[in-house]
Amino acid sequence: MSLTRADVEKVSLLGRLRLGDAELDTMTEQMGRIVGYIEQLGELSTDNVQPMAHAQEMHNVFADDALGASLPRDAALANAPKKDAECYRVPAVLGE
Amino acid sequence: MLARSATDLLRDLSVRKLSSVELTQAYLDQIKLYDGQVKAFLHVDPAAALARAKEIDDRRAAGKPMGKLGGLPVAIKDVICTKGQKTTCGSKMLENFVPPYDATVVKRLKEADAVLIGKTNMDEFAMGGSTENSAFFKTTNPWDKSRVPGGSSGGAAACLAASMAPLSIGTDTGGSIRQPAAFCGVTGLKPTYGRVSRYGLVAFASSLDQIGPMAATAEDAALLLEVLAGHDPLDSTSANIPTPEYTKSLSQPFQGLKLGLVKEHFGPGLDPEVEAAVREAVKVYQSLGATVKDISLPHSKYGIATYYIIAPSEASSNLARYDGVHYGYRTDEKQMLAELAAERKSLEAKQDEKGLKNLDTALIRLYRKTRAEGFGPEVKRRIMLGTYALSAGYADKYYLQALKVRRLIRSDYDAAFQEVDFIIGPTAPNPPFKIGEKSGDPLAMYLEDLYTVTANLAGIAGISIPCGLTSGKTTGSPLPIGLQIQARPFDEDRLLRAAAMFQRGTDWHTKRPNL
Repeated sequence: MSLTRADVEKVSLLGRLRLGDAELDTMTEQMGRIVGYIEQLGELSTDNVQPMAHAQEMHNVFADDALGASLPRDAALANAPKKDAECYRVPAVLGE
Repeated sequence: MLARSATDLLRDLSVRKLSSVELTQAYLDQIKLYDGQVKAFLHVDPAAALARAKEIDDRRAAGKPMGKLGGLPVAIKDVICTKGQKTTCGSKMLENFVPPYDATVVKRLKEADAVLIGKTNMDEFAMGGSTENSAFFKTTNPWDKSRVPGGSSGGAAACLAASMAPLSIGTDTGGSIRQPAAFCGVTGLKPTYGRVSRYGLVAFASSLDQIGPMAATAEDAALLLEVLAGHDPLDSTSANIPTPEYTKSLSQPFQGLKLGLVKEHFGPGLDPEVEAAVREAVKVYQSLGATVKDISLPHSKYGIATYYIIAPSEASSNLARYDGVHYGYRTDEKQMLAELAAERKSLEAKQDEKGLKNLDTALIRLYRKTRAEGFGPEVKRRIMLGTYALSAGYADKYYLQALKVRRLIRSDYDAAFQEVDFIIGPTAPNPPFKIGEKSGDPLAMYLEDLYTVTANLAGIAGISIPCGLTSGKTTGSPLPIGLQIQARPFDEDRLLRAAAMFQRGTDWHTKRPNL
């Protein structure tokens, strides 16, 4: 099954990207070739293989539940593109 | 002075035959002279570096205790957070980002009395193998400025080859330390996953990313790894095991060393000059008493396909944080709202109910436009691939299957390391290619990583060391060739010993280009 332009457009919404017309064409062509290449994994039988999500398979790394200094608010806000004295600012979300 | 190894320079620093100010000034002069062409650095702050060097010199003169790097300059890849200093990841998205804290490796370097000389250029968010994907400029290969330095740690490798720093920090998710080390003729080590803390490393693919040392020699890399490595409670994936004193064991000889040559690494696509240099390197080891046997990593041919599912999947999740709200680039909000209002009006006029229903909300449009404008083409491609591989209906077919093949790749290594101590072969299939040669063909670029990605997938250690130069007949000028040696997890001490053994018997690591 090959990737269609509509598929790519849908994925661009899921990935929170906005692609122009020319970009959508290029992306459809390039992703089609890359996905065509990765399809080769389908030829391997892996029914009894456990998936390996991580290189060091560690579980339950605990840390002490201790109070510590956290990033001061002005430092956390310092890089924000739009802010007030206390908060990040975003366009109105309600009442659209 | 600039041609000397870091270990050698440190000896002179420690007996005050050389001051850190003199040394730092010499590297800053070299940067001033040649970085206009090489373009290895994104940011250099000469005044801060010299002030830091002077402070270290003063402490040494007063007889105060000195850290392990006692005044040696170190360059840092611009994907690692430095408090109060820009960290851009080679992206317009983070062009003005100033981290509020230091990465653990930066903290360790400062505690070891390193002088941070500058931040090096890279492929945007470490995605690429040529440093052509930097949003700011392309770094050139000091051996031939029409060619790429490799990537994504291209600036980190090029600054060493151009003698602009004695030590450099890179990161490796699929070969990003080893391949540029090979392309620039320097030594680059990707430690075992978990050996070095990732705290403060801007995440690309969290189960694959690893920070490592780059330097002229294995001895210098050992010195640097001693400072970088160790458990860190701030990174829950960092291994809670002791760090060996790599520099102490480095000159111990090996008895009965067994090396494996992977037959799949010598197939079609391998450049004949690279193959000849690697086979010559194998002979060097044999002359030093090693035995060599052919081995097989039967699933290695699936490495690229596996990697280009897992790495983009993790990237699509990690890069979701760039939303134009918390930090980084944000699209012009007024213009965005005006565009959206015009689209709504036009849909209403057409009574297009479906179009109106599907129209982005202001917040979604803010995310989408911010990311469309802030990310470059390769980053977008990886976000798209990863989002697709994880999307409903495809996650089992692609992502889950890739995780299973990852296990098969690791099992191949486990079996091979029952038979041999190390696996050796080429780092990259070809010498450095021309700038622009592969940039229009993403799949061709991905295939460059053929010999390196499997170490990241399996989580093992790997190093690239110089093992030859091309004749220049087909490439115009002589170009470096890298030998990759791979080792069992957490076997960096023996890996560095094996690399040092080769460098005692050869002089490829001492070659530097005419700038």
